[in-house]
Amino acid sequence: MIHIPILRHGEPYKSLDVARVAHHQTREQFVEISQANAGLIRRDLRDQKTGREKLAAFSTAELIQICSRAAEYFLNDALPLGDDAQTAEDYVRQISATTGMPHVLARRNMGKIHGVLAEAGSVLNGLTRNIDWEVLDRGFGEFGGQSLSFYPRAESLGVVLPNNSPGVHSLWIPAVPLKIPLVLKPGSAEPWSPYRIIQAFIKAGAPPEAFSFYPTDHPGASEILRNCGRGMIFGDASSTSLWANDPRIEIHGPGYSKIVIGEDCIDDWKDYLDVMVRSIADNGGRSCINASSVWVTAHAEEISEALAERLAAITPRAAEDEAAQLAPFADPNVATRISRLIDQGLTEPGAREVTAAHRSSERLVTDGECSYLLPTVVLCENAEHPMANKEFMFPFVSVVKTTPEQIPAALGPSLVVTAITSDPELINKLVSSPNVDRLNIGAVPTSVISWDQPHEGNLFEHLYARRAFQRAVAV
Amino acid sequence: MSTAEAPLQANIQESRANLDAWVREVVQWHFAPDTGCPFWLNYATELGWDPRKEIQTYDDLSRLGPFQDEWLRGGPVRRWVPKGYQNRPVYTFETGGSTGVPKSRINIEDFRLDYEAFSPTLPDEFFPKGSDWLSLGPTGPRRLRLAVEHLAQFRAGICFMIDLDPRWVIKLLKMGQPKMAEQYKQHVVEQGLTLLRAHDNIRCLFTTPKLLEALCEKVSLKKLGITGVFCGGTEMTPQFHRFAVEELLEGAYFAPTYGNTLMGLAVHKPRREEDNFAVIYYPPLPRAMIEVVDPDNPDRVVDYGETGRVRLTTLTKEFFMPRFLERDEAEREPPCELYPWDGVRNVRPFSRLQANVVEGVY
Repeated sequence: MIHIPILRHGEPYKSLDVARVAHHQTREQFVEISQANAGLIRRDLRDQKTGREKLAAFSTAELIQICSRAAEYFLNDALPLGDDAQTAEDYVRQISATTGMPHVLARRNMGKIHGVLAEAGSVLNGLTRNIDWEVLDRGFGEFGGQSLSFYPRAESLGVVLPNNSPGVHSLWIPAVPLKIPLVLKPGSAEPWSPYRIIQAFIKAGAPPEAFSFYPTDHPGASEILRNCGRGMIFGDASSTSLWANDPRIEIHGPGYSKIVIGEDCIDDWKDYLDVMVRSIADNGGRSCINASSVWVTAHAEEISEALAERLAAITPRAAEDEAAQLAPFADPNVATRISRLIDQGLTEPGAREVTAAHRSSERLVTDGECSYLLPTVVLCENAEHPMANKEFMFPFVSVVKTTPEQIPAALGPSLVVTAITSDPELINKLVSSPNVDRLNIGAVPTSVISWDQPHEGNLFEHLYARRAFQRAVAV
Repeated sequence: MSTAEAPLQANIQESRANLDAWVREVVQWHFAPDTGCPFWLNYATELGWDPRKEIQTYDDLSRLGPFQDEWLRGGPVRRWVPKGYQNRPVYTFETGGSTGVPKSRINIEDFRLDYEAFSPTLPDEFFPKGSDWLSLGPTGPRRLRLAVEHLAQFRAGICFMIDLDPRWVIKLLKMGQPKMAEQYKQHVVEQGLTLLRAHDNIRCLFTTPKLLEALCEKVSLKKLGITGVFCGGTEMTPQFHRFAVEELLEGAYFAPTYGNTLMGLAVHKPRREEDNFAVIYYPPLPRAMIEVVDPDNPDRVVDYGETGRVRLTTLTKEFFMPRFLERDEAEREPPCELYPWDGVRNVRPFSRLQANVVEGVY
């Protein structure tokens, strides 16, 4: 069986405590992952200085080159995986085995990670708003005629990662060119991506001491967040709420991403059907940037019927099938619970499932050992209905009848809003809304994101603070 | 059977015979009207048969049925005091209290006897006689508080103490206050550090796994002169065992134990490379027995190496507790040369009950 070790400042460590994860199809044990005890993590994190010093010894330009080489290694090369080697194709099969993600989607996510690594320079420029890299290296300098100085807020970034989609790993990668070592807690079923990214970095010449990888339980994850100067946590409200009031920790919870169609465009809704379908179903509907609701002032019934018809065509296919768009749930009980939650929500008057009439089976289907939730469209008569703003890890969308006055207040916190409108008033209201994290104006799918833009906070600002700086001029 | 196994087999048989003889003596004591406790005397009247006549071996104890958890929760606690000891001072000790009303167990001198029996398993080289101890563990109504102090005294030492209320820690965690729980832990550790720094003769430490970690994050045990660590109170994994030996202890002797208020304490089998840091315990026969049974059929002891639920039997003249199902699971371990009776390997919380229990966190 494959064994994935802990990495303690880059050094592999095989724990006596292991978690085994089964293949989602065969239910046979597929991988054994060393588990770090909380005390071991705390002990290692007493020294965060070495990793930081090793990384800071490189210039930003050198680190960008390392990212660029790591991009190719990540995409193409055989890299260490415990005592074995992992090819790119192994990686695709392995991630699919434990998360259920079809190979084609795994490859697409691989492409996203490759893109962030290959374009690390642009990403960095986006995060720092084009500050000269030499200023970043020195910590002070002039930019645009102004004196600038920055200092790191932390000696390492602790990240508690999810299982849903490898794309999220793109968010912490820029920490490396920003010279902040990483302390990663992988999702229990998705150790593959962070481990492979680390190995690509090391092969590309990054100092191993800058990478710690601790598969662990909840107390261990808490130790990471408590002991690193800065942190990120991905998860649902129950796992992130503990850190809600800790300014050191950036929280990546549910996205509740949305599409809003303005009154000026609503009669042309058919033109935007593709954008809606992509926003809902890209990446198997597993991402926080997938749209989980579409807010409209008219044509709600027609839009929901059209979406249902299109989405009902998405059916389970084999993991290896290049046309696969849907991922089974690695844990069938999760699928059952989600389906029940939707059914319960629909008992409240004012909402109905539209997809049921467009498919021949139930929402929850089983194929061998695999459980799938088929795409689901719910029509909500008003914004107050409990199903109007729900997010699940499969293609699920509520089409919500609303009024122009309700936007944006009724939307609530939204990671991505795609506003299909040219109405300056609506645009202005969305631009001014603190609830909208990423805003697309026009027909941009919510699932298409530009990595040089901040995402739930700007990583540079999370890791660095600006100080006032003056330097006497020699006379 | 090889010639090497022959003495072990003989020892196993001898220990079993001793156990059976001790069972007869203890049953005689607890069910005799002039020495037994009200609970068991009353229990016997409902049986319709006389345990003193019919229980002749350890296996016969199954005829009494399983010991019920609730019997120890709430009073009157005097129903457990044997008439044979009615004029002796009585202590009452409590279990953790993480699952509602704590279980109470009366004690007269069992805690002393158990720890005196345990004392020879601690090597003098690392737990020097005459050196002092620090007990950095749960206090209050817990048996450990007095037992560790007695162990120190029995070894001609003096025991320094701190206060630790594990129920408050459990409450903090249940209230979603992990930061406060962490602060409380640090408060406990700082008290211990103050004592360690102020008293040069402290060489021996009793503590729990988590407090040992927390202590070693702040100081080097070696620099403080600690040469022996007796560790228990909560679950201990092989990984923790290895971590402690390789990274925390700096050469100090590590004596993990498994025990509780109801049973006493089980001693750790000395570490051997081939056991790969498995935490293997043997009960203090004949005063207590630990078995591993089929959770779905607790009358069946599982095979060696098989996983099952831990079943305790306490057999002292103060306290008789046959066939008590613990909230732990483990693998059944075969007898060894040093302890020619059944042991348990890698005890951990019983997986089927885990959702309902906040484990000891101190």
